[in-house]
Amino acid sequence: MNTGEKTSIPNEVVAPQVEARAATNTILLCAGGACISSGEESCLTSLRATLEKYALQDVVKVVETGCMGMCDAGPLMILYPEGVFYQKLKPSDMELIVSEHLLKGRIVESKLFENPNTKVKITSAYDDHPFFTKQVKIATRNMGIIDPMSIEEYIAHDGYFSLQKVLQEMTPEQVIDTIKRSGLRGRGGAGFPTGLKWELARKVPGNEKYVLCNADEGDPGAFMDRSILEGDPHSVLEAMVIAGYAIGAQKGYIYIRAEYPLAIERLNEGIKQAKAYGLFGENIMGSGFSFDLEIRMGAGAFVCGEETALIESVEGKRGQPRVKPPFPAQKGVWNKPTLNNNVETYANIPTIILKGPEWFASIGTEKSKGTKVFCLAGKIKNTGLVEVPIGITLREIVYDIGGGIPNNKAFKAVQTGGPSGGCIPAQYLDMPIDYESLKTIGTMMGSGGMVFMDEDTCMVDVAKFFLEFSVDESCGKCTPCREGNRVMHEILERITSGEGEEGDIEKLETLGQSIIDSSLCGLGQSSPQPVLSTIRYFRDEYEAHIKEKRCPAKVCRPLIRYQIDESKCVGCTACAKVCPVSAISGEIKKPHTIDPEICTRCGSCIGVCRFGAISRVTPA
Amino acid sequence: MVVDQTLEKVKDIIEAVKKEQSLEEGDILINCLHKVQDVYQNFVPSEAAEIVAESLNVPLSKVYEVLTFYTMFSTKTRGTFIIRVCNSLPCHVTGGAKIIETLFEELKVGFGGTTEDGLFTLEKTGCLGLCGVGPVIMINDQFYGNLTPERVVEIIAGYRKKGRAGT
Repeated sequence: MNTGEKTSIPNEVVAPQVEARAATNTILLCAGGACISSGEESCLTSLRATLEKYALQDVVKVVETGCMGMCDAGPLMILYPEGVFYQKLKPSDMELIVSEHLLKGRIVESKLFENPNTKVKITSAYDDHPFFTKQVKIATRNMGIIDPMSIEEYIAHDGYFSLQKVLQEMTPEQVIDTIKRSGLRGRGGAGFPTGLKWELARKVPGNEKYVLCNADEGDPGAFMDRSILEGDPHSVLEAMVIAGYAIGAQKGYIYIRAEYPLAIERLNEGIKQAKAYGLFGENIMGSGFSFDLEIRMGAGAFVCGEETALIESVEGKRGQPRVKPPFPAQKGVWNKPTLNNNVETYANIPTIILKGPEWFASIGTEKSKGTKVFCLAGKIKNTGLVEVPIGITLREIVYDIGGGIPNNKAFKAVQTGGPSGGCIPAQYLDMPIDYESLKTIGTMMGSGGMVFMDEDTCMVDVAKFFLEFSVDESCGKCTPCREGNRVMHEILERITSGEGEEGDIEKLETLGQSIIDSSLCGLGQSSPQPVLSTIRYFRDEYEAHIKEKRCPAKVCRPLIRYQIDESKCVGCTACAKVCPVSAISGEIKKPHTIDPEICTRCGSCIGVCRFGAISRVTPA
Repeated sequence: MVVDQTLEKVKDIIEAVKKEQSLEEGDILINCLHKVQDVYQNFVPSEAAEIVAESLNVPLSKVYEVLTFYTMFSTKTRGTFIIRVCNSLPCHVTGGAKIIETLFEELKVGFGGTTEDGLFTLEKTGCLGLCGVGPVIMINDQFYGNLTPERVVEIIAGYRKKGRAGT
């Protein structure tokens, strides 16, 4: 299966795992959240039944793995020993795969990936597909490779060896020093140096300390934490025990959203297994160190991703942020010193311990070491989860890994950092993606969600959408965030319905700045960012809405009108039939017309017209 | 009486959670409410809230403070199936607005509303973390991705059938 040169997945990360699989007839089926939602479970049922039909159930091992990354092509499957990748599976494909591939050794061509550049079918996608070859997997090293419900498989892939090394060979100070030298920075958003955070938590006096894991992932467009917890829960659990040892804590909490039931289930199972092996609980591996961990569930509140709000919620209260200082390192859970890291940050720790800080620091840029997991969503061909060295350019992410923008549309912008971040327009495609560079252009790394937008996206509409989110999710504690965002939203509502006034943009800018200056928590302080950032780069779009009552992307309904081109319309009546408000009239085989007074701009007609006769025009 | 029986059950749930969570005493309120809510089909009635307050030795006002803060809790009855529509940007740019419109039409209720037959409650939710396959909805614990208006109609029809069979 090796086809010569591997570009950037370091061999030492992937090779041993692939070899272990190569020995047996194994089918890996991606059971990540996205693949499940596109029918993985029925594929599995059908696969099992088909294997039984051919009496292969005892010689072929079927493993449900965590997310393989390429969500858009799901459900996904890899067959070993060959390492053949199949995509977009349906239950009915299983017959062909078993009878052709397993029994006759013929590859099922129709289910293979196609290289987007060369149009050649790819058998081994990990080696040949640009989506995979540009990646370097550290935090997601086991995802799509092991069975997340099996601690044995995790251990077989170097799992819990870091914990062993830490407990048997290292002092807490050495652990902290290792993390510091690795240059790892918090992957949850702000990028605070992790080693320093651990050191601060260690230095605070006290016998009772807590290790927290922030798994309240809520940034729209970010799903790496969910995928890591579902695909490799032990990597996070192992790291939390290591963190406990390093800072001198015996207890830990994982705070996770109730919207992620599968991740909760797999974490609970993981904790149970680790306890059974003596990797959790009293006197771990005979070291005298004890550590226990429990899960706390959220109940639907975005603000709980903010660390002090999260701590309130862990304690069973309303998730409203606390005033800082004191920082959680001094007074966190139950007012005890608390170390809080994000899921992806933890997932990096075991590999850093095993391979050494120098190895980790050799990846990335001068100030931002290692890799970052990004989630590609929105208007991009290959949506999904990727882990790349920090410092990669946006262009590589969009066009090499992401496969470009669908339907030959132009790239317009990408939103990073969720509702706290901003957008990156096309002129920065060649900028390296790292903490500092993103800050200089008015956005942030955030948790790594990337929402791509093409020329058909209206940036004013996007800003309004994000603000709506912030209005909904404001916890209500601070007036600037609670009321200020509401007023900003009203202004944007006016602008997008064609009632914008001269001076609105300036009002948004001033109000946004005061919200930033006067809110208590990080979420409030960053809530106006999407508006300010879109004004910065797409001011002309705002002006078109306000001055010309025009929506250049033809999205804002009050500013557009649908019309039928008489020369193209053949009078097939398809549009008139689909129109929910009967706004379209005309005789059969004669050009139809749309009554703009009745039309609700729902766009149903444009979808059914086979002659391209219907178009949107602006101004209305 | 049936009501008394369920109230007994609430007490049992709280005892079970207390045993399950060993770290601290005070922090189990949210987990208790999740479990109590499951018993009452997606809401927490005032009688149950009173028992929770009593058993955990916290003021009733604190229980309500928490109940009303988090969107996944409800103090009013909700449908058998809670449809949570992802209202985040990745779902929006891939056609989420159409999905929401279809749900409005299909169910004849708005956000926060419950259908007349008591089967469905429609709610908005933050990102569900399945952005790779947007637009996405969640019905109770099940996720549905890559939605089109036609697919939504199909899914709802499936649940209607399931709901009628159940009653």
